[in-house]
Amino acid sequence: MRYGTFVEKDGEKVFQCDEKNREVLLPILQEIQKEHGYIPDKDMQHVADQLGIHPVEVYAVVTFYSFLTEKKKGTYCIRVSNCLPNQLAGSAEVVTAFEKMLKIKVGETTDDRKFTLEMTGCIGMCDQAPAIMVNEKLIGNVTPGMINEILGAYN
Amino acid sequence: MVKRTGPVIFSEIEPFAGLKSALEMDRSDLLSMVRDSKLKGRGGAGFPTGVKWNLAATAQADVKYVVCNADEGEPGTFKDRILLTEYPQLFVEGMVIGAYAINAQKGFIYLRGEYELFVKDVEKVLDDMRAQKLLGENIGSKSDFSFDIEIRLGSGAYVCGEETALIESLEGYRGEPRNRPPFPVNTGYVGHPTIVNNVETFCVIPHILAKGIEWFQQFGTEESVGTKLLSISGDCKNPGVYEVPFGITVKEILEMVGADDVKAVQIGGASGSCIPVSESHRKIAFEDIPTGGSVIVMNASRSMLDVAENFLKFFEEESCGQCTPCREGVPVLLDGVRRLKRGTCTSAYLKDLLSASETMQLASKCGLGQSSPNAFVSIVKNFENEYTLTTQ
Repeated sequence: MRYGTFVEKDGEKVFQCDEKNREVLLPILQEIQKEHGYIPDKDMQHVADQLGIHPVEVYAVVTFYSFLTEKKKGTYCIRVSNCLPNQLAGSAEVVTAFEKMLKIKVGETTDDRKFTLEMTGCIGMCDQAPAIMVNEKLIGNVTPGMINEILGAYN
Repeated sequence: MVKRTGPVIFSEIEPFAGLKSALEMDRSDLLSMVRDSKLKGRGGAGFPTGVKWNLAATAQADVKYVVCNADEGEPGTFKDRILLTEYPQLFVEGMVIGAYAINAQKGFIYLRGEYELFVKDVEKVLDDMRAQKLLGENIGSKSDFSFDIEIRLGSGAYVCGEETALIESLEGYRGEPRNRPPFPVNTGYVGHPTIVNNVETFCVIPHILAKGIEWFQQFGTEESVGTKLLSISGDCKNPGVYEVPFGITVKEILEMVGADDVKAVQIGGASGSCIPVSESHRKIAFEDIPTGGSVIVMNASRSMLDVAENFLKFFEEESCGQCTPCREGVPVLLDGVRRLKRGTCTSAYLKDLLSASETMQLASKCGLGQSSPNAFVSIVKNFENEYTLTTQ
């Protein structure tokens, strides 16, 4: 379902909302996040103007949801689940392996802006723990030995 | 993976037999049937579904809504993942039955952002049903029943599984729970009567409609009729999704999943109950140990303080922050667990922590805050041998 389209404006892609409807703010922000890898300040302002609300209202929503970010992420966001079954199955070792291979710490992005590494809560894959997400992809039964192969798929 | 099918949700049913049966009934008969079945919600809270639907049906409004809570975020819960990927037709059918019962025109499936991959398959089911005139305008050729469904994705917020926070999210706000009363059944989405039900609850409905109340009431207990999907993980040989009758004991569950040398079982996720193995005679049922489905097994090698720390870190991250007991209390309990781990907690301070826990259970605005101390309190009580209090 679409709530608007991206249009070219001064050489940049800007989101044009179909309706002045605040209720679809979250899906709109999800589209902007997908397009730019974050929600730039001026996009927050632009969406607020179109929906007839104060920019701080948009900011409030962006800062609440962990999948929406003010800072640009890498092309691929790796999220390692740390819910209890994952912790029991060894998620800590998986995190360490990613940190070593990517040469970054949790919360950081690689210099080439390709990968961001994060922790997350339960992703509903506890029967295949340790489990991770890479963007929308759910990957289960991850071992430190698999990290190379997982990252290799994104080359 | 479905490790054990059961007699209700995973049993054979002709596609849309439930919906077709419902459409032949008067709305009031349909509502009575759901109420008389004694079906209770499968998301964890266990509210009687028929009562909820009745309240929404009798609420005075021209526009009403049906919401499917597919935000499955409770740690250790993955049973809705199976329903969404392998039985999507079933829960959509349940939503349409609910819409007919309460006379709703619009429905939402609030799907957690982590399950974005499943959107395409659910969209396909919606398109197929529209083509068969089981969704959209004049469903079942009834001129007075039109209902359509939109999928909305979450964006990584556990608290949006709480029904009023979910509604806030659907309205384009931060997922901050509302005060109740009023309840969604009369003041829900944009202030209109709304029923919010779990995916699994919607999956049970078509079976009840197609096969009848007597059939349904064969299973389970007096107070907890039917079966429950459990998603079992942790220290066991066969993690996965199991359909079991209510009334099953913890001991029977442990045998079923191949769990040895068990120390404790966390039932109901981070907000649930920590059951030491000495209590494994107890039952999964609303009248004993309720759960939305999460069962996490811990063997004797596990540190229970580590478990408490994991849950409190989770709540600290996921707390919406609106109310003081939760926002301020959770970090205090988390620090408390760390003191217990280091051996720097005095018995006086532990008493203070338990007192704070009681305050949080009574005064937090929503279920997240109210249940956030539960694991800590039960672990501190049942596993005294895993920590030493200091006198200094």
